[in-house]
Amino acid sequence: MKMTTKEVKSHREPLIHIVKRDELHWWQAWLIRIGAIVLAVLLVGAISMMLTKGSFTEIYEIMFKGAFGRITEGKTTMLWKFLQETAILLGLSLAVTPAFKMKFWNCGAEGQALMGGLASIICMIELGDKLPYPALLCVVVLASVLSGALWGVIPAFFKARYNTNETLFTLMMNYVATQIIKYYVYIEGGGSNTIHPVATGNLPTLGGNRYLLNVIIIAVLTVALFVYLKFSKQGYEITVVGESRKTAKYVGINVKKVVIRTMVISGAMCGIVGMILVAGTDHSINTNTVGGQGFTAIMVSWLGQFNPFIMVLMSALTVFLRMGAGKIADTCSLNASFADIAVGLVILFVVGCEFFIRYSVKFRHSKKEVKA
Amino acid sequence: MDKQIAIELKGITKTFGAKVIANKDVNLVVYKGEILSILGENGSGKTTLMNMISGIYFPDEGQIFVNGKEAVISSPKVAFEYGIGMIHQHFKLVDVFTAAENIVLGVNDGRYNLKRSKAKIKEICDKYGFDIDLDKKVYTMSVSEKQTVEIIKVLYRGADILILDEPTAVLTPQETERLFSILRNMREDGKAVIIITHKLNEVMAISDKVAVLRKGENVGVVRTSEVDPQKLTELMVGEKIELNINRTEPKNVTPRLEIHHVCCNNREGVRVLDDINFTVNAGEILGIAGIAGSGQRELLESVAGLQKLTEGDIIYHNPKTGVSENLRGKNPMQIRNLGVRLSFVPEDRLGMGLVGNMDIVDNMMLRSYRKGKGMFLHRTKPRDLANDIVERLQVATPGVTTPVRRLSGGNVQKVLVGREIASSPTVLMVAYPVRGLDINSSYTIFNLLNEQKEKGAAVIFVGEDLDALIELSDRIMVIGSGRIAGTVDARNTTKEEIGLLMTKSKEEGDSENDN
Repeated sequence: MKMTTKEVKSHREPLIHIVKRDELHWWQAWLIRIGAIVLAVLLVGAISMMLTKGSFTEIYEIMFKGAFGRITEGKTTMLWKFLQETAILLGLSLAVTPAFKMKFWNCGAEGQALMGGLASIICMIELGDKLPYPALLCVVVLASVLSGALWGVIPAFFKARYNTNETLFTLMMNYVATQIIKYYVYIEGGGSNTIHPVATGNLPTLGGNRYLLNVIIIAVLTVALFVYLKFSKQGYEITVVGESRKTAKYVGINVKKVVIRTMVISGAMCGIVGMILVAGTDHSINTNTVGGQGFTAIMVSWLGQFNPFIMVLMSALTVFLRMGAGKIADTCSLNASFADIAVGLVILFVVGCEFFIRYSVKFRHSKKEVKA
Repeated sequence: MDKQIAIELKGITKTFGAKVIANKDVNLVVYKGEILSILGENGSGKTTLMNMISGIYFPDEGQIFVNGKEAVISSPKVAFEYGIGMIHQHFKLVDVFTAAENIVLGVNDGRYNLKRSKAKIKEICDKYGFDIDLDKKVYTMSVSEKQTVEIIKVLYRGADILILDEPTAVLTPQETERLFSILRNMREDGKAVIIITHKLNEVMAISDKVAVLRKGENVGVVRTSEVDPQKLTELMVGEKIELNINRTEPKNVTPRLEIHHVCCNNREGVRVLDDINFTVNAGEILGIAGIAGSGQRELLESVAGLQKLTEGDIIYHNPKTGVSENLRGKNPMQIRNLGVRLSFVPEDRLGMGLVGNMDIVDNMMLRSYRKGKGMFLHRTKPRDLANDIVERLQVATPGVTTPVRRLSGGNVQKVLVGREIASSPTVLMVAYPVRGLDINSSYTIFNLLNEQKEKGAAVIFVGEDLDALIELSDRIMVIGSGRIAGTVDARNTTKEEIGLLMTKSKEEGDSENDN
C-alpha cells in the first residue's frame, strides 16, 4: 500500500449508464405506459400463438370474445359479465385506496368484504320474512357496511394504540373471516358446504339486468372517492399523514384519529362490495365469494397510482386479460393457470415501464478529442 | 521545487436528464503539495465534479489524468487504486467497531493482523499530527473524532489525492483549526488536497488556490493570496452583491416567552434537555448556538408542542389580551386555538415543514386547511398566498402547482419561511434556516427575520454558522449537552468566546457520561 506509483490496470469504460430523467410531461409518461401495455398484450398473443399454433387474428378474436363476446351465459351477455367483474375488482381497489394513500397497508380487503357479505346473508335469512322489503334492504346495506368497517377498524385501532404491523394484522383477519364463513355455511347449509340462494332481501334488478345496479353503485363510489380524496379536508389529512407523519404532527393533525377514521371508510367500502357480491349477485355465500380479488385489488390500486379514474382502466384491463386468456385456455385446452400467467406478464410490463419513466439508458457520448 | 501535476481534468461534462447540466466543460489542474478549495453556490456542481473524480459518477464527456496518465475511474474502488480518496459529509463507519477496526476494514493486505495494522496507523497519526484513541468505539465518538477516523482511513489506503466535502460544517472553530493544521502537514508531505466549501473565511485561511464554479462551469482559478472574500463572492454569484445585515436596536422589549426549568427525555429515556431557563423578548432575535445535536431541536419542538416535557413550564404572554398561558402539555392544535401565533420553521424542511409531493398551494394550506365551512377544502386563499410568496420572495418555480420537492433548497426554504411568516407570528422559531442555501437566498431569509423582529415578533434563530449568528442576533444563547452554557451579547462577542462555551459544556457533558 505504501507504493504510491503503483501501476493501475487499465479499466474499460462502462458502455451504458442509467441516468435519471427530468420529470416527463404527463402525456409522455402515459405514452410509455400505454406502449408497455400494448407490448404486453402483444406478447401474451405471441405466447398464445406458440402454444396453440393458432393464427394472430384468431388469438385476439378468442380473447375479445372471451371478454366482450355476445355469447350468452344465462340471461346476460359476456359484456355484462365483464362489467360486473370489473366493478367488483374496482370496488375493492377503491376500498383499499384511502388506506394506501395513508401508507396503511390494508391487505384485508378480502376479509372485510367477506364480513360485509356475511352480514348481508344473515340479515337476508334471519329477517327475510320479518321486515317489509324496503326496510330489509336498508338493514342489509347498513349491516354490511358496519361489519366491513368493524373488520377494518380492529387492525387500525391496534396500529394507532400499540403500533402493531398492519400488513400482518389485516392478513390474519382474512383467515379469521374465512373460518367464520366456513362455520356459518356449515350450520346454515346443514353440513352441505353450500347455502341455497336466498330469495329475500336481494338488491333490486334494474331494467331486467342483474348486473346493472352493481355497476352503478361502483360508478358512484368511484366519483365519490375521487372527490373525497382530492377536495375534502379529510382527504387532505389522509395525504399529509401518508406523506409524512412528522408533518402531520407538526401542523396538529391527530394521526391516530385519521388512521382509525380512514380504516372505517376503507372497511365500509369493502363491506359494500361484499354486499354487492352476496345480495346483488350470488344470493348466497361461501369462502370463495370474493375469490382472492381483495389481493388483486392491492395491485390495481397501485397500478392506478391511487387515482380512482385510472383504476377503472386498470381493473378493466386485468379483467379483460383474465377472461380473454381464460377463454383461450378453455378453447385450446390449456391449463387454467394460463390466465394468471397472462395477467402476471402485463403487470410485469406495467410496473417495469415506471423504470423507464424515471430513468433513461444512455450510451456514452463519443469522446471528445483533447490535445494532450 | 518543481511542482508535479497530481490530477488534471479536461473538458469534463456531466448532465442529468436533458435540462440539468451539472458540469460543463470543466478544466482543472491540482498539483502535488497544494490545497485547492472548490467554491461555489449550491447547485454549482462542486459535489458532482468531485464524485466523478472519486468514481461515484462517470463523466459524459472529457478525460481525467492522474499522474499524467489517462485514468478511467469507473468505481470508488478503482479511485482508490489511483490513490484518490474522498471524505464525505456523511460518515460511513461501523458504529460498534473501534477506530482501528474501521480503518483496516475492507483493506486486503495479507492476513488480518490488527497489531501490525495499528503500528502502521500509529505511523500515519504521528506523521500528520492526528490525535486519536485507536481502541475507542465509534458510537462513543464525537463528530470530530469520527471525521478523523474517516481521514485516517483514506490515508491508510494510500491516498495521495484527498477530497473533503464540506469538512468544517460539523466542527467547532477550535476543531476546525486542528483539522487545518493536519491538512497543512499533508501539504508539506506532498499530498494534493481538495476541499469543497462555501465558507469564504475558511477558503482564505487554508487554501493555496481557489477554483470557483458557477452553474457547472469553472469560472476561474485564483491564488488565495491575490483575492479577498468580496472578490470571491462576485466570482461565485457573477455580480456585485451587498452582504450586509441591517441590525436595528430592539424596540419595545417585553418578555414574550418564558421557559422555566424545562427538562425532556428522548425516546431511549436519555435526558436531552436539562433544566433550561430563558426568556425570549418581543422585538429581538435570540440566537442559539451549539454543536449539532445538543438539544436545539428538542428545545424548539418543546415550545411548538411536539415534545413531552418531564418538567418545566413554557409561559406565553399574549400581547393582545395580556393573558399569560402555559403551553406545557398542549399540542400544536391546542396552542393555535389559544390564539398563540407561533410559527416554526423546522430543520427538516421537506420531512416536517412541508410535504414534498404536494404542490405549493397545498403546502400553503397545511396550517389553515381547517378554515372555512363544510367538509371541502377552500383553495382560493392558499392559491393567492402561494402566488404572493412566489412573487415577493422570487421563488424560482414553473408554477404554484409544482410539487415542492422539485424546487431547489433555497426555493423550498423561501416557500416554508414565507408560509410561516404569512400568519404574522408573535413568536417565530427558525432552525438552521440557511443551511444549504446560496448567498443571495441566505440574505433574503436573514432580511425576512429582521423584518419580523421589527414588527415586534420574538424571533428564535438556531444556527450553525457563527458569523451569521453574531451578525444577526441581539443575544446569543449557547447550548451544550442539553444545558445552557451561557448567554452573550451578540454585539460584543467573538467567535472564540462562543466556541469556548460550546466546547466547555461538551467536555462537562462528556465527563459526566464517563462517570
